[in-house]
Amino acid sequence: MRPSLLRRLDTFARQVTPFALTVVLVLCNVVPLRIPGLEAVAPSLPLISVFYWSLYRPDLMPAAAVIAIGLLQDTVSGAIIGISAAIFILVHAAVCAQRRFFLGKPFVIVWLGFALIAVAAFCLGWMLTSMIVATLIEVPALLARTAVTIGCFPAVAWLLLRCQVALLRSV
Amino acid sequence: MPNALKTIAQWITYGMLLIAAGAAVLANKADTALIERVRVQVIGAVAPILELMASPAAGVSGAVDSVRDWLRLADDNARLRSEVARLAEWRAVAERLEAENADLRALLNYVPEPEARFVAARVIADSGGAFAQSLLLNAGSQHGIAKGHVVMTGEGLVGRVIGVAPRASRALLITDLNSRVPVTVGVHGVRAILAGDNTDLPKLVHVEPGATIVRGDRVVTSALTGAFPPGLPVGMVAETERLDASVRPLFDRSRLDFVRVVDLGLAPALAGAMKPSVANSGGGTSTPPSPSPSASGARLVGSE
Repeated sequence: MRPSLLRRLDTFARQVTPFALTVVLVLCNVVPLRIPGLEAVAPSLPLISVFYWSLYRPDLMPAAAVIAIGLLQDTVSGAIIGISAAIFILVHAAVCAQRRFFLGKPFVIVWLGFALIAVAAFCLGWMLTSMIVATLIEVPALLARTAVTIGCFPAVAWLLLRCQVALLRSV
Repeated sequence: MPNALKTIAQWITYGMLLIAAGAAVLANKADTALIERVRVQVIGAVAPILELMASPAAGVSGAVDSVRDWLRLADDNARLRSEVARLAEWRAVAERLEAENADLRALLNYVPEPEARFVAARVIADSGGAFAQSLLLNAGSQHGIAKGHVVMTGEGLVGRVIGVAPRASRALLITDLNSRVPVTVGVHGVRAILAGDNTDLPKLVHVEPGATIVRGDRVVTSALTGAFPPGLPVGMVAETERLDASVRPLFDRSRLDFVRVVDLGLAPALAGAMKPSVANSGGGTSTPPSPSPSASGARLVGSE
């Protein structure tokens, strides 16, 4: 029985990889790098990860995992708890609905799709937060952040792809 | 058919999760204390991981810093030389004023302000963002940090502790949307409130009517609400545009590595000052606010 238990553990570890990687990205996002000006425009890495896994391995990134990631993101970043959770859920739903369209398309199309979803996600975040705090949040910094997030997508997606190829081929 | 059922089940799941997220959002508004408690629990759990991750990150920022320093070596030297000369003059002035102060205090029977205790803490997370501006620190209630303690760097005010776990705490930056700091501006001590708006330059609001504020004015805390001691340096007025003025804080966000969490002994004063104000807003008949010993001690002595 021993090998089969080990094997099951191994499979389980591989299966939680997308979730674990996204959690790590949530924490990475708040680690202070102390590069001047970076704080204001730091990309939303978890958004990229949620998009990526929802698109390529939705079986390993279920909606419940997405909401957990969103709640963690809000808790650690000090934002209003529930906002990122709602946004990530909607991103997950949108990606799953359009999955058939994206799969097999060239990378540029996927990138474009991510750009649209990122813009929608940041708009929604802006609207919800502004409504709840009853103040209009400054737009320029948010625009910069959206642009940087979209710009970072290829690099982060490439890293996630390497992980997927290395760890999840057999799962 | 099973496929259709599956799709429906999927959408129902989405709907329920969205409702859950919405409920969490509403809870933020309804029970701030509960949310903060949950938040610090989670922060306490992830703090060790963040601390681990922050060390290599500190290495990266150290490398960036040294390159930056090398590039500016000559400029920095010239600047520092002139600054040393200037500070030497100021030192003489400060020494004279200190002696004078001591004499005057002795004359007035001045009650000294409670002695400040401080804890140095490392910044393990900085959620600089358009939605929130807060820091996580690697020291908590075990190290004597409590809610309301003031967070400072050597340069000036950074923020205030709003949540404490045993080994970690969360500080709200003065640039956060929810931050309001009573301040006085310039040499004439114009009263105002420094309101964060999630940008790097918080704004001055509720400025004393008829007052003039000019660019470069120094902004320091005022003891108006009892939450801050008077006179902590906050920043400089960066821009003035008719009635609006924005302030550049003294701390450098990209260099926030260690901060001082200062217990200025204001907690009892704060508790005393908060309760009556709540009662005031509730009904007409209420007891006058009890004098807070540390915040208004000097004035009381002076008026007797």
